[in-house]
Amino acid sequence: MSDAIKEYLINLPHTWCPGCGNGIVLGAFIRAFKESGIDEDKLVVVSGIGCSGRVTQYLNFDAIHTTHGRALAFATGIKLANPELKVVVMMGDGDALAIGGNHFIHAARRNIDLTAIIFNNSVYGMTGGQLSPTTPINTKTTTTPYGNFENPFNIVELAIAAGTSYVARWTTYHVRQLKKSIKEALLHKGFSVVEAVTGCPTQQKVKPTEILKFQKNIKPLGVFKREEREEYVEKYLKLVESLRTEKL
Amino acid sequence: MKLIQGNEAVVKAAIKAGCRFYAGYPITPSSEVMHLMAKEIPKVGGVFVQMEDEIASIAAAIGASMAGKISMTATSGPGFSLMQENIGYAAMAEIPVVIVNVMRAGPSTGIPTAPSQGDVMQAIYGSHGDYPIIVLCPSDVIDSYLLTAKAFYLAEKYRSPVVVLSDEIVGHMREGIDLPEVEEVKKNMPVVGKGKKIHYTGLANEDGFAIYEPEKYEKLIKKLYNKIEDAKDVISYKLENPDAKTIIFAYGSPYRTAKAVLRLAKNVGIFKAETLFPFPEKALKKVAKNAERIIVPEMNVGKIVKEVERVVGNSCEVISVTKLAQSIDPYTILRVIENE
Repeated sequence: MSDAIKEYLINLPHTWCPGCGNGIVLGAFIRAFKESGIDEDKLVVVSGIGCSGRVTQYLNFDAIHTTHGRALAFATGIKLANPELKVVVMMGDGDALAIGGNHFIHAARRNIDLTAIIFNNSVYGMTGGQLSPTTPINTKTTTTPYGNFENPFNIVELAIAAGTSYVARWTTYHVRQLKKSIKEALLHKGFSVVEAVTGCPTQQKVKPTEILKFQKNIKPLGVFKREEREEYVEKYLKLVESLRTEKL
Repeated sequence: MKLIQGNEAVVKAAIKAGCRFYAGYPITPSSEVMHLMAKEIPKVGGVFVQMEDEIASIAAAIGASMAGKISMTATSGPGFSLMQENIGYAAMAEIPVVIVNVMRAGPSTGIPTAPSQGDVMQAIYGSHGDYPIIVLCPSDVIDSYLLTAKAFYLAEKYRSPVVVLSDEIVGHMREGIDLPEVEEVKKNMPVVGKGKKIHYTGLANEDGFAIYEPEKYEKLIKKLYNKIEDAKDVISYKLENPDAKTIIFAYGSPYRTAKAVLRLAKNVGIFKAETLFPFPEKALKKVAKNAERIIVPEMNVGKIVKEVERVVGNSCEVISVTKLAQSIDPYTILRVIENE
């Protein structure tokens, strides 16, 4: 563990299984944060429920562990209540896109200044390996014992269609690129989404090395959207300011 | 003196008490709270946000509370159902938030424009698990004002969700009232963004970090209950002719019916419960000692009457008077009194 990471990790050991990608994503986040120059006292990390949700138990920042799927809604309240804060929301694929799908598209629609990092392992890890909204077609899971016949979400396309102004996708194989995109997302004004493709060796019953080999060839990866657009909280603050001026 | 509506009085009180964050989703018959908030709260530098649903509304309100704002949301039955999980979160993480539920006839979509008191038990038992909650119940416009202000005070003081259980009649009632000054509420908890490395979670926890031992969990839950049940300033009620033979135990808009009965009948008193939970047991027990009967009018199938029966025991007769989806006529209660 490098010192940059150690400084911000607490309450270890974590509950994640050997070979889990969550630590890689969290490490990339901490390094990205460190490089971003953001004041650590103004950073709030918000998470939902699931394996990824546990990140807030291990981070030495203001860290809020919320309810399943609702992290973005809590984060919306936090950001609006104190616009000075940099609010980072960490969610799993089920958390962000199944139970939290409504909040995801509406946060994107508002272009509110939040950074969403989605730990996408295409499976419900904590509850026993069930189908998630990003499980590929034909995959066998504990709830698709005969293979999945639902179409998965493409997180990048969904995020862009809903109005996200910064969108990137990397994997836990592409650690440096992932870190760079998280850093860009942190410094981006507006709603930013970084999809971090991870794996779940426990539930998917695949060796971690095989997962990394698979991730190496995932396409397309990169930054898919980067747009300067008026941000929601700033617009609201302008309204408040105009009403105050009116009164005088 | 101003002619204002119950729902509007909620907003006036909230802003005066220091509420600077409102997140909501439109629903009949509570929407007027939202309309006036949207107009007024930005004028005092506060935040109004229309969320994508009621789950998001309460989540945003809790988030804002964690970030230092006095915050609230308002809704009605279906929205109140959706909020329940996060009400439990606020109880577990000890985050102050005020939830106004303007009750309408349910279940499900029910009669959206009709009054009801069907959510009284949901207000305390709605979320899963064991948790305490404070429920205040306004009966008219001035109550809507004063009890909303009190709700913010109690929420922050005890770091707890507080429900203001209004109903369609109270919410849409218009009365000429003077709006008294109310105490501005102060934040009583660590908030994010101050460099304090705060951790909050809905897990059973100590200072935001998960605990799993049953003994520690039990201690935690008991602490949450004791905090509310031992508080001296949570329970409020009003007595009128408490020595009368017939006492009407009223909360919400049926209190107005009880007032009318008081003018029409002799030897009748009123126990007006402003705090519904924790239940005003001690005061009710005392009143029941002298009474021959307690009549409990409710716009539901008879829910709080069971609480009254539990508290009163054998010391006097308890009579339930119920009406669904409409106000209770004073003569309905008068007939009950005359038949006794």
